[in-house]
Amino acid sequence: MLGSLSNKIEACTAGPVTKEQASTFALIIARFISSCVADQIRLAPDKFISVCKRFKDQVLLLEEPLHGVAPMLTAIRKLQSSTEHLTTLHPEFLLLCLLAKCYRTGLSILEEDIFEVDQPRDLFLYCYYGGMICVGQKRFQKALELLHNVVTAPMSTINAIAVEAYKKYILVSLILHGQFSTSLPKYASSVAQRNLKNLCQPYVELANSYNNGKVADLETYVKANEEKFQSDNNLGLVKQVISSMYKRNIQRLTQTYLTLSLHDIANTVQLNSPKEAEMHVLQMIQDGEIYATINQKDGMVRFLEDPEQYKTCEMIERIDSSIQRLMTLSKKLTVMDELMSCDPLYLAKAGRERQRLDFDDFDTVPQKY
Amino acid sequence: MEFTHMVINEIVRAGNLVPILTRKLPKDVEIKGYTIPAGWYLVVDQTVPHFDPNSFDEPFALNPWRWEFFSFIMDGEDDASNPMMEEMYANGIGGVDETPSSSSSTTTRKNRPIISGEQLDIEAYAGLYTGRTKIMRLIFIADHCDNPGMQLEALRMAYEEIKKGENTQLFREAVQKIDGRLGPNYMMDASWCTMIDKKAEQRKEKLENELNAYRTNLIKESIRMGYNDFGDFYYAHGALGDAFKSYVRTRDYCTTSKHIIQMCLSAIHVSIEMGQFTHVTSYVSKAEQTPEALDPPTVAKLRCAAGLAHLEAKKYKLAARKFLEVGPELGNSYSDVIAPQDVATYGGLCALASFDRTELKASILPLFPSLLLNLPNKVIDNINFRNFLELVPEVRELINDFYSSHYASCLEYLGNLRSNLLLDIHLHDHVGTLYDQIRNKALIQYTHPFVSVDMRMMADAFKTSVAGLEKELEALITDNQIQARIDSHNKILYARHADQRNATFQRVLQTGNEFDKDVRAMLLRANLLKHDYNVRASRKL
Repeated sequence: MLGSLSNKIEACTAGPVTKEQASTFALIIARFISSCVADQIRLAPDKFISVCKRFKDQVLLLEEPLHGVAPMLTAIRKLQSSTEHLTTLHPEFLLLCLLAKCYRTGLSILEEDIFEVDQPRDLFLYCYYGGMICVGQKRFQKALELLHNVVTAPMSTINAIAVEAYKKYILVSLILHGQFSTSLPKYASSVAQRNLKNLCQPYVELANSYNNGKVADLETYVKANEEKFQSDNNLGLVKQVISSMYKRNIQRLTQTYLTLSLHDIANTVQLNSPKEAEMHVLQMIQDGEIYATINQKDGMVRFLEDPEQYKTCEMIERIDSSIQRLMTLSKKLTVMDELMSCDPLYLAKAGRERQRLDFDDFDTVPQKY
Repeated sequence: MEFTHMVINEIVRAGNLVPILTRKLPKDVEIKGYTIPAGWYLVVDQTVPHFDPNSFDEPFALNPWRWEFFSFIMDGEDDASNPMMEEMYANGIGGVDETPSSSSSTTTRKNRPIISGEQLDIEAYAGLYTGRTKIMRLIFIADHCDNPGMQLEALRMAYEEIKKGENTQLFREAVQKIDGRLGPNYMMDASWCTMIDKKAEQRKEKLENELNAYRTNLIKESIRMGYNDFGDFYYAHGALGDAFKSYVRTRDYCTTSKHIIQMCLSAIHVSIEMGQFTHVTSYVSKAEQTPEALDPPTVAKLRCAAGLAHLEAKKYKLAARKFLEVGPELGNSYSDVIAPQDVATYGGLCALASFDRTELKASILPLFPSLLLNLPNKVIDNINFRNFLELVPEVRELINDFYSSHYASCLEYLGNLRSNLLLDIHLHDHVGTLYDQIRNKALIQYTHPFVSVDMRMMADAFKTSVAGLEKELEALITDNQIQARIDSHNKILYARHADQRNATFQRVLQTGNEFDKDVRAMLLRANLLKHDYNVRASRKL
């Protein structure tokens, strides 16, 4: 059934396809995806994947990515052996989500941890799209993690996905942590360490000017390089970086001051008016980023300590759950370690080195026979 | 010693060897309505003021104790000029008909060799040093001083000092700097230069011949001396690099540890002049490793050199320790590098800037007996440094104030000293940093014992505005040097006590999250690598 379908589709879509044809095909495939049996599909994954890719193409051709989201999700669920398995369909699905702007559906997939990968390219795309979706949902922590995976992934040659991801990585890191260190961790591939920085010069300079802490400088820099950011489709993120700087400066004030007038806040954070400062503070209080009260009568802001006392049941549950999670993770790590030490390739390599040492040792011992 | 001095003073007073002094007036002097024209000779009868009952009680009695009061002033000022004596001439003028005093003594020369709050007295300052460092310091002052009068004064003295030596290169530079501003006496002296250069040529040839002779004879000691002479020669002519090389070469021919120490001291000296402080450190350690015990002046010299090297490397704490260890034996013996006053200034400032309270207590506090009342007696072991501090009362007062928390006057002293310290060749680059550190420490120390501090009072204590203080405090809090928060509405600073429990919880959660993230990323990477392996393996097949 699957074989005949795929053959037929390939035959039909080889040439130019009209819109009506495409919509009928898309409908047929969607039906097929929802009704097929998982076990059968897994016997011929290549065929199934190519069918799904066609389906994606059709949907994009129809310019209705939303129609593709649900069937694609079903397809992934049917194809993958466990939730830890990254299929080739993952990035396609995330792309559809991005185009259809239904980020929430995408997040449901992203929340599952991925360990098994078929193709490195899948992972790169998956993490890159995933990062974008998380940024869209303002979940910068997760986004940073995904982009970090791309940047530090082992690679033998530099690729465009990694470069784009690195640009976004710089911006997200600035938004989230307010700082960015240009050195990559040492487990990153040497190719990445050598080339990424040079390929993303405007972004590195942006980070430098951010570190100086002057909003005006940052703004002029962004203005000067607006076109570059625009052509990379990162202008929105860059703007968020600027606004995050105000937030960061206000947050720093909470460390030093107990009370501070809105006027002073506006001055130190380089905002135009106390009114604007009030809006910023209000927004941050709402988002739970700072704890403060505003006294509108005399224009004073009173910063409070974090009210969390770590005494509630929820907090203990949270800690417990993360302990559980860490335990399963470390079990996985042990398994991995054991696998590694049983790997014939590894043993061959390690054994070779050992042998050479032994050879030297034996050399000094006189031969007996 | 003090009593001997008093006796000598008294004898000189009563039985004066030089009954009269003659002076030629450089300009018109008016005294009591009489104008004495310039160019006249004055005869000063010294016995008159010596037996003036206005100055001395019972002038005809021989009583050395009358000098007791003055004795402390004369300490360390063994040179002929004695301010008290001159003061007395000035007092005695009224009693003498012939207007005894010369104009030079009516203006009492300020002879305290101190970097005081007022403008630097270049003559007194230069008097502290000898040799090349004197010239270099004078030129440094000329380069860094805004006041043209002082500049010219410094250059003039440098010029005269250079003329005594044989360094033609330096001479040319100085003349260029003077640029004819000091009149015809301080112009380029080409004949002098050629003469010196010629002499140098000859001397060099002679030294070379000698050295070659020694080397053919293979007499170690002579070769060493030969190289040493070469070093001295190069040094005198300003070829510091060559001098350093020559001194270092003597090392192979050193036979006793005394020689080694001599070599090290010469090398240190030259490297300080060159500004190569890494050499200084290494040769100090070499000298300290010699098996024989060093004599105290050498130890003091080595400590000074090490202190300078650390200061230059911005390791203020180590520098302070070294300077504090300098023994009183140093005296004026190292005046071609550093004056004892400098030891006090450098050491005091570095210690203030870098030591924490307990360390200061142990090292500097003993210098102030008044503060010692509630301290165990055994802490009093640093009498050495106290002697140095006596030479620079400003620094002494400064440290004292810092201790008794009179920050305003402490900072005032610092402010007064600043302009002069900026003219110091070694301290110049570090004044800013040291001052900032001292000020920050003062602020931290002030806030430390309180739960809440009224910032208005604090601003008063530091002689600054509340707004300025707020900025400084903010910087320190951001730097995590003060654990406090500012109530900017009521202008009160509240100490902040971190909740250990909450902080621990926070840290635990954060560490957990990071671990989670790292492990997942690691597993992913490991899988990717495995995949890579598979690809390669399949390719091989």
